[in-house]
Amino acid sequence: MAVKPIGIEVSLAVAEAVKLCDTDVVAAYPITPQTHIVEHLSELVADGELNAAYIPVESEHSAMSSCIGSSAAGARTFTATSSQGLALMNEMIYIAPVLRTPIVLAVANRALSAPINIWNDHSDIMSVRDAGWIAVFAENGQEALDLTIMSFRIGEHPAVRLPVSLNIDGFTLSHFIEPIIIPEKEKVTAFLPPNVTDLKLDIAKPISIGLLANPETYTEIRKATDDILLASKDTIVEVFAEFKKAFGREYNLVETYRTEDAEIILLTMGSISETAMTAVDEMREAGEKVGVVRIRLWRPFPVAELKAALAKAKTVAVIDRHMVMGVPNGPVGLEVKSLLYGAPNAPKVFNYVLGLGGRDVKRSDFKTIVARSKSNDVQKSFEIVGVYE
Amino acid sequence: MMADKPDALLKVKDMPAGFQAKAGSTVEFKTGDWRSSRPVLDREKCIYCGFCYIYCPDGVYQDQGPEEKWYKADLDFCKGCGVCANECPKKCIEMVLEEV
Repeated sequence: MAVKPIGIEVSLAVAEAVKLCDTDVVAAYPITPQTHIVEHLSELVADGELNAAYIPVESEHSAMSSCIGSSAAGARTFTATSSQGLALMNEMIYIAPVLRTPIVLAVANRALSAPINIWNDHSDIMSVRDAGWIAVFAENGQEALDLTIMSFRIGEHPAVRLPVSLNIDGFTLSHFIEPIIIPEKEKVTAFLPPNVTDLKLDIAKPISIGLLANPETYTEIRKATDDILLASKDTIVEVFAEFKKAFGREYNLVETYRTEDAEIILLTMGSISETAMTAVDEMREAGEKVGVVRIRLWRPFPVAELKAALAKAKTVAVIDRHMVMGVPNGPVGLEVKSLLYGAPNAPKVFNYVLGLGGRDVKRSDFKTIVARSKSNDVQKSFEIVGVYE
Repeated sequence: MMADKPDALLKVKDMPAGFQAKAGSTVEFKTGDWRSSRPVLDREKCIYCGFCYIYCPDGVYQDQGPEEKWYKADLDFCKGCGVCANECPKKCIEMVLEEV
């Protein structure tokens, strides 16, 4: 019997997924717009629906510290944060991957201060871009729920053992009520095996972790961690395929929409991709050959998949939701330019920043971007769309 | 790229997962050679108060018992910070420069 979708707030659906995954430990501190996730989890634990240790810590730094500790002890561990909360976690964020602690962290993406702003953009997650976490971006509520389940499966996989950040756009995704299929418990249990590992703190077989590395070991342990992160891509593809087999919903590292004959490709991440697709439909009706490529897997960066998706385009317009101060590019723009540099017949790359601090991203913005991208002027290859100056 | 004579202790592929080590390995990691001066105790003046034992940030002082009545610094681990000499109420610990 097929399960019917129910109307549920995306944050609550993520919390329900964490429950379905039999999470052992949740250590979290509330911060807008992530609050509903951990609030609902605290209710589930209090009501006895989820048999987990819920640690109401005094800060996000402590939240991530607790998560590293519980994950190192072999417990399935979840936390969630946003913006300044992720910034406060920063010190511990960099430690989790090297210690190989497969924590799942939901980030309801929100702008970083200053000026203080509670609304959506991607500046928070970009501040920990280089830390060694696997990072995925959800486009809609169903994806947020499915990726929560898959994040545990990927992170805890014996070949991976790395933390995973699941990015959902704050408010524009986290607070929306959408029709979402909540899968049956038995199917999730069958899909997600118990978190078993030898690499854990065990009184019977004691080990030390979190050690000092002198100059003669630091480089090699950093490289070893990066090797694991890069290689995790194969496991992610495998888990996406297993998920499709179990639940019928298909996931790819990079998704394409109407790109077959597209001359101009809009490259997006996160929930604005839906607006971009609607804009593409409208532009297609007007005869424009445009399409959308959406990055679902941000780290490890899906180099080959993205190259393949962009192979036939003449122009790529990379959309960023974060400003890299001091350089005329956004973070995704930089990545795509570096990917295509020196490649034969590489498309022209234009880079646009928009939707900062919760400013509305409209269909008309994508039309503006397509119009601008027809220019051959490399001096205009970077622009903050809609900035009033 | 690999240098002719590696500056590294272990190859990337030989790094233990999670950079783990067997428990208690600190005992084998002797840090005494970081020291530039060592504490030397004048046992004539020492009153066996235990300040050096309590204040030592690295716990290198070992109680020699009620018969011997003194605390001995384990020079395999003493980093020569001089906190013991500073705190000693009888000023009977002298920091002596380690000469090569």
